[in-house]
Amino acid sequence: MPRMTMLSGWGRFPKLHCKVSRPRTEADLRNLLAEGSLIARGNGRAYGDSALNTRATADMRQFNHMLAFDAETGQLTAEAGVMLGDVIAAFLPRGWFPPVTPGTQFVTLGGMIAADVHGKNHHRHGSFGNFVDWIDVMQADGEILRCSPDDNRDLFEWTIGGMGLTGIILRAAFRLSRVETGWVKQTVIPTADLESTMTAFEAAQDATYSVAWIDCLSSGTRLGRSLLLLGEHASRGELSAAAQANPFAILNRRKLAIAFDMPSILHAVPLARAFNALHHWRGAAGTRSRLVDWYRYFYPLDAIPGWNRLYGREGLIQFQCVLPLDRSRQGLHVLLGAIAASRQAPLLAVLKRMGRQDSRFSFPMEGYTLALDFPATPAVLELLKRLDRIAIEHGGRFYLAKDSRMAAATFRASEPRLPEFLAMRAEKGRAQAFASAQSERLGL
Amino acid sequence: MSGGPVLILGGRSDIGLAAARRFAAAGHPIQLAARNAESLQAARTDIEIRYGVPVTLHEFDALDTGSHARFVDSLNILPNIAVCAVGVLGDQKEGERECTSAILVMRSNYEGPVAILSELANRFETRGSGTLVGISSVAGERGRASNYIYGSAKAGFSAFLSGLRNRLSGSGVHVVTVLPGFVATRMTEGMDLPPRLTAQPEDVAAAILRAVEKQKNVVYVRPVWRLVMAVIRNIPEPIFRRMRI
Repeated sequence: MPRMTMLSGWGRFPKLHCKVSRPRTEADLRNLLAEGSLIARGNGRAYGDSALNTRATADMRQFNHMLAFDAETGQLTAEAGVMLGDVIAAFLPRGWFPPVTPGTQFVTLGGMIAADVHGKNHHRHGSFGNFVDWIDVMQADGEILRCSPDDNRDLFEWTIGGMGLTGIILRAAFRLSRVETGWVKQTVIPTADLESTMTAFEAAQDATYSVAWIDCLSSGTRLGRSLLLLGEHASRGELSAAAQANPFAILNRRKLAIAFDMPSILHAVPLARAFNALHHWRGAAGTRSRLVDWYRYFYPLDAIPGWNRLYGREGLIQFQCVLPLDRSRQGLHVLLGAIAASRQAPLLAVLKRMGRQDSRFSFPMEGYTLALDFPATPAVLELLKRLDRIAIEHGGRFYLAKDSRMAAATFRASEPRLPEFLAMRAEKGRAQAFASAQSERLGL
Repeated sequence: MSGGPVLILGGRSDIGLAAARRFAAAGHPIQLAARNAESLQAARTDIEIRYGVPVTLHEFDALDTGSHARFVDSLNILPNIAVCAVGVLGDQKEGERECTSAILVMRSNYEGPVAILSELANRFETRGSGTLVGISSVAGERGRASNYIYGSAKAGFSAFLSGLRNRLSGSGVHVVTVLPGFVATRMTEGMDLPPRLTAQPEDVAAAILRAVEKQKNVVYVRPVWRLVMAVIRNIPEPIFRRMRI
């Protein structure tokens, strides 16, 4: 039975009154398709309106069965609503870890495929889609097609990164990676400016994980100064004796919940100060490594349920673009310069070197991706329009899983692959059957 | 962690399945019992993959009380813990008009659960150990116009559990009454439930495991319900009679 519910993405902007149903069977999905256009929704961790459809949003979390596991190859077959955190809970104790993970474990398998998520190892291993062997997709007429690199290849390639607009992802098989422990050896490298940050990234191309935390309050000669965080899965021998006894366990996990909306006035400044202090301290201490458990390394924000409420009632907007490698240096200079000049300091700013990727509609490409978290204020919206233009002028493109406010013309200008995507949408009634508030806003 | 097998009666229900997962995560083998048990293959595989414990499926019809002894005989092993998540909400209005509909609600929430738990209670008593968990309802604490047929059956079930606990005291067999309050399940889908009073099936499952481990008698899944029901139980009848809650 569908219900009208006020729904939003993780950024809590926009909020829309949506008709939400919780289908449990393929027959339920066919009935929904017969009623009109819908979008499948996972755990609602896309920031904007990717998984909102006011007329019909299908909450896929009832499809949460793990269907098969091959202990030789690490291939897991699971329904689309299975949560990444559940995969880790089940398989890390057996020595397996997701080959690619976004910054939260509260995402579903279907959502990870639809957004073709990437992680801190993109420069080495590419996006999640690289590890998907096949996907079952329900088409507009209710037919279920199994697609893979060998069968229905076009559908397979469009579905990875297709934002749920190629059909309903029902189940998929993907490969987990072997790990010896649940620990990561983290190295922190403080850098003085953008140039040295990028040089450090290029020098760290062999590191399994790399990501930089940028200080967006700095400008002038310190523009782009960062903390570059590198990580390697720790081997058993690298652990302390106590940890070796139980190499996948976490010691002393604390949870802290945000149960109220933080008043906007409290944003940014304390965090920026903390950054400065940390940067200074790290700089004095020099480069060194330490062991961090997987939870704190990959999902530090998951320890604070509802951290999105820190951004206040207006909600939060994330801006994420990627610039091609040859234009990254210049483009990042202009982007960071515009942010510093605007005095709209993002609460979080993350830079990441991406590796090569050729895909039909996925976000990643070889170059640098910049992700910024802002409170959703009018001044920020104005700034983001400037950032959109700068990214496009430097050959960049935008991450749909983060977008909540781009104009259709902006997206069109950034995306030479759009005409082919639209041709795919025109086939088999897809455009009529699958739509989100985002796809309607952007004309996808 | 590991433990003896856990029998889930009503293994298709959201609460039953959540309980199965919770006990499996704690290392217990699982016996899922329901009508049309074969159709629970996906749930079985899922639990086996996630938790690495054996799961068996068992054909069980709560309303076919004559078959219950045979059903228990047919289990691969007598469980240490049995959780009864059998029940239907029914349609109160239809129950007021149609006697057969009301009787089905009574049998599903009282007769069937009582019959199977009685059978298991005797076997557990003979063995001298075990825990029986009955999922009853706060609706059984006072009859209200909106769902008194369901509520009356649950009231009977709660009284049965209380009496059974009393009888088995000192026998090594423990009986737990679980009063979940509102739970977001298939049973309540489409209903407008107040979020602060509504639990997820996983919350109920966690409360059941806790109650079994700590040998609790009566547990409210969300503590606020203890207060809510204390108030509702104590409203004088002349006033309650005119209320619409």
